[in-house]
Amino acid sequence: MDKVYLDYAATTPVDSRVLEVMLPFFSQVFGNSSSVHTYGQQAEAALEEARLSIATALNCELDEVIFTSCGSESDNLALRGTAFARRGQTAADHILISPVEHHAVTKTAQQLARLHGFEVEYLPVDEAGIVDPAAVAQRLKPSTALVSVIYANNEIGTINPISEIGKICHELDVPLHTDAVQAAAYLPVDVQELNVDLLALGAHKFYGPKGVGALYVRKGTPIVPILTGGGQESGLRAGTHNIPYIAGLAEAFRLAQSERRQRVAAMQPLRDRIIGRVLEEIPNARLTGEINHRLPNHASFVFRGVDGNAILMLLDVEGFACSSGSACKTGDPEPSDVLTGLGLAREWALGSLRVTLGTATTPAEVEAFLDVLPTVVERARLFH
Amino acid sequence: MSGGVDSSVAAALLVEQGYQVTGLMLRLWSEDGRCEENRCCTPDSMALARRVAAQLKIPFYAVDAQQLFRDEVVQYFIEGYKEGITPNPCLTCNRLVRWGFLLDRAIDLGAHFMATGHYARISIDNNGKIRLLKGVDPSKDQSYVLHFLGQSNLEKTLFPLGDTTKPQVREMAKRRGLPVAEKPDSQDLCFLGADDYRKFLQRHAPEVEKPGPIYTADGELIGEHRGLAFYTIGQRKGLGVATTDPLYVIFKDRECNALLVGKADQLGSYNLSAGNVNWIVGEPPAGPFRSQVKIRYKAQAAWAQVTPIGRDSVLVQFEQPVRGITPGQAVVFYNDEVCLGGGIIQE
Repeated sequence: MDKVYLDYAATTPVDSRVLEVMLPFFSQVFGNSSSVHTYGQQAEAALEEARLSIATALNCELDEVIFTSCGSESDNLALRGTAFARRGQTAADHILISPVEHHAVTKTAQQLARLHGFEVEYLPVDEAGIVDPAAVAQRLKPSTALVSVIYANNEIGTINPISEIGKICHELDVPLHTDAVQAAAYLPVDVQELNVDLLALGAHKFYGPKGVGALYVRKGTPIVPILTGGGQESGLRAGTHNIPYIAGLAEAFRLAQSERRQRVAAMQPLRDRIIGRVLEEIPNARLTGEINHRLPNHASFVFRGVDGNAILMLLDVEGFACSSGSACKTGDPEPSDVLTGLGLAREWALGSLRVTLGTATTPAEVEAFLDVLPTVVERARLFH
Repeated sequence: MSGGVDSSVAAALLVEQGYQVTGLMLRLWSEDGRCEENRCCTPDSMALARRVAAQLKIPFYAVDAQQLFRDEVVQYFIEGYKEGITPNPCLTCNRLVRWGFLLDRAIDLGAHFMATGHYARISIDNNGKIRLLKGVDPSKDQSYVLHFLGQSNLEKTLFPLGDTTKPQVREMAKRRGLPVAEKPDSQDLCFLGADDYRKFLQRHAPEVEKPGPIYTADGELIGEHRGLAFYTIGQRKGLGVATTDPLYVIFKDRECNALLVGKADQLGSYNLSAGNVNWIVGEPPAGPFRSQVKIRYKAQAAWAQVTPIGRDSVLVQFEQPVRGITPGQAVVFYNDEVCLGGGIIQE
């Protein structure tokens, strides 16, 4: 068996159907969508077609979709743009976030606190990383500028009750942002159902290209641009439109949503197979997150007394590409903020492993992986 | 792979020789906030090592040894100075981190050998024993810092650069377009960065700042020292004593916390004793033998009679007085090209 990729939460290959949609916009239909002439009009047509496709999938208005360069930029625009606008309007300076946000949210909130005087408060989570809507209700105050809760966490796969949280926020007219970068690949993202005001997407998590994302902004949500310049995207995001990538994002998102049921049906049993066998066969192993509210392609574990880095190295040598919340390429083993935020002891949190499946994953690959993993963990334990 | 020219070329040569190579980089300890200054494992060095690995199309992993390095190597360095010796942390690092921890990791990953960019050679003698030989570049030979290797280490070790000189290695790097060809050699201790070791000690072992008397060899009190840790045998500068003839540190009296200084001709000594001796072939020689002996990495070898005492001690009697015998440094024995072993100087 060749190398087996089991790190689809990190990124995915571009779907060939997506690539095909993108290709004409590099050299044939290459115009600037802001131009008056036919070239510009063709580009603009492609742009607006992409916008329509995304708005349809999100169940929102066309001008509520803002194209960005990635999920992180979307999170940045949501947090900074709304925080500054809300403070300007109502002097609100309180930001409420979960402790299991992606760094694109956490680090942005922390910088808003450090450099701009906002107060950042962290919501409590249970041991699976789930935010209790009642906890949001308790902490909301008139001065809350914005709430941000991740839809599905990248490290532990946990899905949050965004819709209920949104209801609570709306009672006090506080905007709710959700980072749906991981969730959008496998969960419904109807913004009306979700009761969100802002929602971040990134194309490369669902077989689109890297370097393009979108932010949903509900009409009426106070927000100012963080990238200023031309008047693109209703003045909320300057910069010439990256038409091939935007077209790719739209097609990938359309496919993700229209094929969602088949994809989930294929992956979820494999995920459950992984979770079952790992917990059964590997001593001192725990599932992070929980089984019912988790992404259908996502299995994540901690192993006590193991260096996550060692597991990844050994797996890579065996031909399996996975990820870990504690490992990084620099060999600096620090438990991730998310795992620490769940209250995991260091000796557990250092030994994390994330296995994420994709449309190309086969049952045979999963079995081959499960056949080597127990030995790999055993060998990695000896590393200490 | 450190991101330096030696380990990069070593890796390239092995790839060309048909080995299936995996690059490993040790993540070693730096003081908080001083990572950038660390000579071996800065983000820059790691980026370079990664580029080299990518160019050679080999997998590359960073292996964390920060805690081990701090607990063993840095602690030994600090404790050594507290005890008044001049420790050689690179030796400890080679023994415990490279040929201990890292070799184990390499074997765990399925490797048969660990290769490094050291300038030394390995050969097998008529009795089937593995021998450690000097590198062919006399100005770069590193067998001194490898004298602790045993048969079980050596059988899993490769030194691809042993037959080459440093200029040749740079040339090889250039010809292969490796981005490290012009990178300057690393010097001094990696964890000190740009710092003087004295400043490091002041931060980590303030108790070494323990002033005491400076005596001449004749017993004349001529000044005060800042603490024995701040002086090395043979040191001339920085004594803070004005005299007509230059004075050198000739002895550190740890019991009396006194520094003994003398003129150049008082610096030499005929004898030393050493412990923690390793014999490369595994057994000490049957009796006393004449050998070329090095007492510092950069020192010239000097002829001496070496008398093994038990398995891991020796007495060394030099034929001419030798300057700069320093407790804590290694003494290493040679028979021409062959490194026989070595130990740590005690007195």
